[in-house]
Amino acid sequence: MSAGTFTPAPGAAPLGRQVLSHARMEARLMLRNGEQLLLAVVIPVIVLVGAVAGSERVGLELDAPAIDTFAPGVLALAVMSTAFTSLAIATGFERRYGVIKWLGSSPLPRGGLLAGKVLALLLVEALQVVVLGAVALALGWQPETTAVGLLSALGVAAVGTAAFAALGLFVAGVLRAEATLAAANLVYLLLMAGGAVVLPANAYGGFGDVATWLPSGALGEGMRAALLDGAADVTSMLTLLGWAALGTVLTARTFTWE
Amino acid sequence: MVDSLEMRYGSKTAVDGLSLTVARGSVTAVLGPNGAGKTTTLETCEGYRRPQRGTVRVLGLDPQADRRALLPRIGVMLQEGGAWSGVRAEEMLRHAASLHAAPLPRALLVERLGLAACGRTPYRRLSGGQKQRLALAMAIVGRPELVFVDEPTAGMDPQARRDTWDLLRELRADGVTVVLTTHYMDEAESLADTVHIIDRGQLIASGSPVELTRGGRVSTIRLVVTRPFPPGAPESLTEALGPATSVTVLDPLSLLVTGPADGSTLARVSRWCEEHDVLPESLSLGTRSLEDVFLELTGRELSA
Repeated sequence: MSAGTFTPAPGAAPLGRQVLSHARMEARLMLRNGEQLLLAVVIPVIVLVGAVAGSERVGLELDAPAIDTFAPGVLALAVMSTAFTSLAIATGFERRYGVIKWLGSSPLPRGGLLAGKVLALLLVEALQVVVLGAVALALGWQPETTAVGLLSALGVAAVGTAAFAALGLFVAGVLRAEATLAAANLVYLLLMAGGAVVLPANAYGGFGDVATWLPSGALGEGMRAALLDGAADVTSMLTLLGWAALGTVLTARTFTWE
Repeated sequence: MVDSLEMRYGSKTAVDGLSLTVARGSVTAVLGPNGAGKTTTLETCEGYRRPQRGTVRVLGLDPQADRRALLPRIGVMLQEGGAWSGVRAEEMLRHAASLHAAPLPRALLVERLGLAACGRTPYRRLSGGQKQRLALAMAIVGRPELVFVDEPTAGMDPQARRDTWDLLRELRADGVTVVLTTHYMDEAESLADTVHIIDRGQLIASGSPVELTRGGRVSTIRLVVTRPFPPGAPESLTEALGPATSVTVLDPLSLLVTGPADGSTLARVSRWCEEHDVLPESLSLGTRSLEDVFLELTGRELSA
């Protein structure tokens, strides 16, 4: 039989290529979406500038210069916005629009889909770090640049991403798309205000002790320990690992692809 | 039998002890009204649903256990959705292509399915027909051996519909097996080599369109009356017309006679009306279509 235009030649692309393609696609869609961009970059920048200016005005008692305290916190906020809120909303609508269903019939395996999503998150987070880092440096940020500090920051960001991504997927898996949108934004706002992300836990008084056990507090405290003191905050990292484990179990039990 | 799809899928509600086989390299239509179990059957073949009873084999593989081996070889067009709301048609197609080893040239599909007109419009703002055509492109871009298309032309304008049919015929000519669900008679009649008619989760008839309509030689007479038929009407009419015809009561005011619609049959129908004091409102002749086949088998309209 002579080869026609549509003569079958089936086969999956190498897994690595599939995952990269998927990551590129998700990252591009995330960056194109105005609301996501607002969440990823605009709000953190406003929070950073606002916190520095505001703390001077109200005379907040801090152990270090305001910018050095707030910059790590805002990086933590950026991780939270992307790994939790953006991921939850995007995944909720992917379920709604049958994207995940269609991908389920494509050669991309579920593990590859998850890997692509994580890679997309890391890509967006890297861009956030570049933008927010530049703004912070322009505001006079002097981060602790010891090897321990930088590695700890990376480690905290990684386990923080894992924890929030697992929780985000859990929310997206159990709620409808609109409810996910509302819940993910609400949780983000609540944690931003009261979760010891941007403000250090000790600024909350008695609640601060509770806040450090929240994923937001652990992420914020961990980032501050790394970039303010050049220290590895093992407690925060373990707390985040615990949340990641909890989120993974919940997601695995409840997530449906449709 | 490795070349064929054999399915026995049992569930109380959607699909009830259904068995059917698809010949490789053919176009097979699964025809039935909404809710007949078409999509459930298809989604079981695609590995989305686990058979509660019975077995399904696609290209000789178990869609559940051999999922990873099967998926690269098939293409799936969902009834709706399947793309991100903010994605552009061309991007989505590129992504679908990138998941396959030897995809079709995207330009070819863009041209054949008129996707260039989608431009930079996000998916959510494409027309229904454009979404359908993109979904078809996504299903075939990986050069599959077998494509499942669920209601491929629902909501398309006539031109797009004909283009889609041409494309599906071309796929078959190049050796691709096509399984489609539809509730359009004309789609099944003009495209399919084999038609499986499904109703309430059961297979009620199978065959080529020609076989099912008995060559189109047999015709129909539809009789509509002003007052309900007298008791025993179908029996006495069958008796009056002889064994070459069959009578199906559609509702209290209409019935369908299937058989040679010649002068003698017509004369007998009129004489029967006269003898039984039945007042015809209309008497119409037609060629037996798949619609009539469905009507005879189920006593209901397909499109209802």
